[in-house]
Amino acid sequence: MFLWRGNIDMTSATSPAKRIDNNNRINREGLRGWLNPLRYGWERVSYWFQRLTGIFLLVYFIGHVYETSSLVSGPDAWAAMLEMTQTIGGHLFLILVIGASTFHTVNGIRLIFTESGQGLGKPGRPDYPYDPTSLNNKQRSGLWIAFILAAVAMLYGANVLFSGGD
Amino acid sequence: MNIFRKDKRKEIKNELPLEVSNNTSTSNKGSVKLRVFRVNAVQNPNDIPHFDEFQVPVKRWTTVLDALLDAKSYQDSSIGIRYSCRMASCGSCGMKINGIPRLACYTKISDLDTNTITCEPLPNFPYIRDLVTDFSQFFNHHRSVMPFMQNKKADIPNTNELTEYKQSPQDLDKFLQFSYCIKCGLCYSACPTVATDVKFPGPQALSQAYRYFADSRDSDKSNRLKIIDTNHGIWRCHFAGSCSNVCPKGVDPALGIQLLRSHLLGISKSEKKIAQLQDRSTNTYREEDGEEQIEKEDLKE
Repeated sequence: MFLWRGNIDMTSATSPAKRIDNNNRINREGLRGWLNPLRYGWERVSYWFQRLTGIFLLVYFIGHVYETSSLVSGPDAWAAMLEMTQTIGGHLFLILVIGASTFHTVNGIRLIFTESGQGLGKPGRPDYPYDPTSLNNKQRSGLWIAFILAAVAMLYGANVLFSGGD
Repeated sequence: MNIFRKDKRKEIKNELPLEVSNNTSTSNKGSVKLRVFRVNAVQNPNDIPHFDEFQVPVKRWTTVLDALLDAKSYQDSSIGIRYSCRMASCGSCGMKINGIPRLACYTKISDLDTNTITCEPLPNFPYIRDLVTDFSQFFNHHRSVMPFMQNKKADIPNTNELTEYKQSPQDLDKFLQFSYCIKCGLCYSACPTVATDVKFPGPQALSQAYRYFADSRDSDKSNRLKIIDTNHGIWRCHFAGSCSNVCPKGVDPALGIQLLRSHLLGISKSEKKIAQLQDRSTNTYREEDGEEQIEKEDLKE
């Protein structure tokens, strides 16, 4: 089949050295498996964004509780805390919060439907090239809506925060 | 990076076959660089994983498995690789090719649109040697969902009684695609939950649970559902869809998992009617309680 057999080029030990735990020969991706969302299609991107926004909103929630707890120290402390959000950095952070919460909510609604078997189609006889029924545009449209609404909410939020909604 | 699933029906851009050099000079025309993950984890405890590189001649129809076997035949016979059928039926040659789990025999180099092919063992499977991984845990998960027919009415030990289940094409379609699973492990290696949760059965096992759950010949669904309805069971799936994306046989494990979950949630009602057992020797149907028999002609009426 192959006509050409020359140019043997073999180099070894070019990758960073990594010892294997030979007791169990672990090869689990771990969190590395989550970090690259670009390999497996839009549902994996959705999974990645849902996790990322979820963690981000959790961090925001903790910060938010800390922020509102300043009320117990009096109006001055509360006003001083609010001043932190009146900077450009504070505005950008709040815009991210708006986008994350919008996406997480809308995509979460989509996931409620898909994870309970709705909008995924029915099993059938697979035919080449085996496009998966569950990865259809019907359920995927929920992801587009989540992205669009998040973008719209962020734009609206930016307009309100930076120009006072004028 | 292209995150979209490549349409396999797409015409190959360059209709002309990759040219193969007719001389043994250093020309790389019509060849690709094959980077193969090497390790001997079992025999050499201190072995350090690394990549070996091979320049391999290719044509338009050359698969990654062809290229690996060429390198093994003519350059380094010690490359560890598992394969058998070369036609995406046995599921032996699963590996991570350019970052995505694929079957080496089912992946044409010309479809990869690159001159460097990186072959690594499937993630989430323990190493054995080079591209060969240990499927023990994977098969344990598969066994754990009881992937076999359970029907107390079946009289298999009594070989004198020839019986068969009657199943309509509609009933068959409910589970047929899930029965096409070749247990190649690609879905298991692509799943982000498997990557972090050892106890999670994985898409393959869960889709097989649905395959038998939906089969009208199987009557014991409660035990199987109890096995997967656990903290580390079906609820750990978050519909990342990666399993269905990499499946080479169109099994669509994500669909099976979500449908199974909808049954567990009570959203979908099981409409399964247990298939009747026909005694072919007497041409009668056996009722589900196993006592009453109905003449076939009577049943038709």
